Amino acid sequence: MERWRHSEALSKLVDTLLPVFATLAALAIGAIMLLLLGANPLEAFGALIDGAFGSVNALADTLVKATPLLLIGLGICISFRGNVINIGGEGQMIIGALSATALGLAFPESPGIVMIPLAMIIGFLGGAIWGGIPGALKAYFNVNEILSTIMMNAIAVQLMNFLLSGPMIDPVQASKASKIPQTARLANDFDLPRLIPTRLHLGTLIAVVLAVLVYILLWRTTLGYRIRAVGQNPHASRYAGIDVKKQVVLALFLSGAFAGLAGATQVFGVNHRMITDGSATGFTGSAGFNGIVAALFGQLHPIGTIPAAFLFGALLVGANKIQRVVQVPSAVIIALNGLVVVFVVSSEIWRRRREQKRLTDAMISKEDKPPPQLEPLTDTEGEA
Amino acid sequence: MIDQLFTEAVLVGILASGIRLATPYLYASIGETFSQRSGVLNLGVEGQMLLGAFTAFYISFNTGNLWFGLLAAMMVGLLMGLAMAFVSINLQAEQGISGIGFYLFGLGLSDLLFQKLLGTVETVSGFRPIHIPWLSDVPIIGKIFFSQNILVYGAYLLVVIAWFVMNKTTLGLKIKAVGESPQAADSLGVSVSKVRYFTVSLGGVFSAIAGASLSIALLNVFQQNMTSGLGFIAVALVYFGGWRPFAVMGGALLFSMVNSLQLWVQVLNIPIPSDFAVMMPYVLTIIALVITVQRVRQPSALTKPFERGH
Repeated sequence: MERWRHSEALSKLVDTLLPVFATLAALAIGAIMLLLLGANPLEAFGALIDGAFGSVNALADTLVKATPLLLIGLGICISFRGNVINIGGEGQMIIGALSATALGLAFPESPGIVMIPLAMIIGFLGGAIWGGIPGALKAYFNVNEILSTIMMNAIAVQLMNFLLSGPMIDPVQASKASKIPQTARLANDFDLPRLIPTRLHLGTLIAVVLAVLVYILLWRTTLGYRIRAVGQNPHASRYAGIDVKKQVVLALFLSGAFAGLAGATQVFGVNHRMITDGSATGFTGSAGFNGIVAALFGQLHPIGTIPAAFLFGALLVGANKIQRVVQVPSAVIIALNGLVVVFVVSSEIWRRRREQKRLTDAMISKEDKPPPQLEPLTDTEGEA
Repeated sequence: MIDQLFTEAVLVGILASGIRLATPYLYASIGETFSQRSGVLNLGVEGQMLLGAFTAFYISFNTGNLWFGLLAAMMVGLLMGLAMAFVSINLQAEQGISGIGFYLFGLGLSDLLFQKLLGTVETVSGFRPIHIPWLSDVPIIGKIFFSQNILVYGAYLLVVIAWFVMNKTTLGLKIKAVGESPQAADSLGVSVSKVRYFTVSLGGVFSAIAGASLSIALLNVFQQNMTSGLGFIAVALVYFGGWRPFAVMGGALLFSMVNSLQLWVQVLNIPIPSDFAVMMPYVLTIIALVITVQRVRQPSALTKPFERGH
């Protein structure tokens, strides 16, 4: 019995470290890419670490960059646990930011203590609606959510470009020839409070608290249980009397909500206005995609997503330093992130294999008892 | 304003560029049709297209030979396809997510190479229109259909070949069997993984040609993220066309015509905000999916990895 527990703990440890190994493998390929580009990988990775953690300001920037990744990652935990693939973080973040910004611009005189929470809620709802639409399309019209969320991203980008260069444009920019697509600066009173004298803002703390709340939601409430049950076995859930369609909509609704909140905190905590550069990722900085990477890396566990988001925030901040020190464009980090995604999802096979083996072993050792058929619904991953 | 659209010259222009602009959609979505029919959702099309577009452009730019460029792009597409196949077939990774990974990889790498190797936006003189004798002289129709470049003709030929392979050959039968019921196909001695390796790598090659068609035949430039979502629309077109080559072509044409109309609306300065015009194809995709997904059933084994004895 002791030995069994021992090996159980060991294999759990291996499971937790699996994404780390996968990332190291991806980084190794990244190192080869850097070599081919004529840059010294050690120097590049050194610059990356220095750029991300080298000073209090660097560390604060890393945390600021990690915040939208964590928030979006939390939403991804919810939807992917419900077996709904939300690729729409980009669009949901944009819509959340647009709605919160519009509110802030409409009532510049209101006190910050009222506006800030209201704007966060509006951002949350904006993202939720943008996520809820593909959710409803999937549940009631059987439309593949991967495709619809990607299309919703493109629609949100165009809507943003239209609003920021037209109806919502900064009056200062409107009269200039360059016309940078951005809104006016929000009232100073609406700035999210700074935590220490750096760019670090309250949003980061909110995101961490929310990570705990999402954990509680998923593993300690009926709603979370239903979403996970549907994710693991929609047919069994239907027999158990769960409204499967409703859970699908809810999963995408909540997932979008967190991305919307990420957009709102980005505006109120970092830029204090909404600004883009005309490209699709001009406002989000690909946070909608990188949040997926962070969540996968954290094994779709809200608490695991915290260090994962921090790590990818560091990669993004460090990338700028790489660009300066070894003259490799920061696009290398996008490519690397892609590799990390591929390697992390590919490494899942070893976890699944071991889980299967564990199940078979358990069945063999308890031949006289019925096999644990409902195993998935009482899964242990949540207690990690 | 609007009546400017209805002159003969403009209408011919819209139709001719509609036929031409369908080219990248056709290559990418016919390739995707093959891989989805065999049960693999390749969501990395956009990334493969970007790498194909860059490779074709860069090699053509440096060698001055467009065919070398095209061939190099096909090789890169093949490599990307093989990687996707390995990850989906051997490592059984969740295809919706690994595809996004390959997309990001292609997006980042093509941008990186562009900045490192080219630095600025350059142009090449791409494939020239080939006027088909006699036919191109027919009024109106000649200009629309028979004065296009070789990659455009190739795209439409590919649709016919894809239809033939899918419906009239043993290979097509194997592909469909593997996508519908891999267990049954396996028990009949068809190698599920071989068939899927073939279709997914083929999809990679066609996606790369789709990218090349943009950079060395239609636009004749390379820019960061120049596909801007086209590859994802190509994936949606496969659903839209219910996994049948000619229906996929219908969808591609519908899209390219809307796109072409949108471009002409901008050229003629008709006062519709360009952002909304650009938005149209995406809105249309969602509506199209709502309408079509209802009536066609997808390949039963789509996105499901195959393992013996399960």
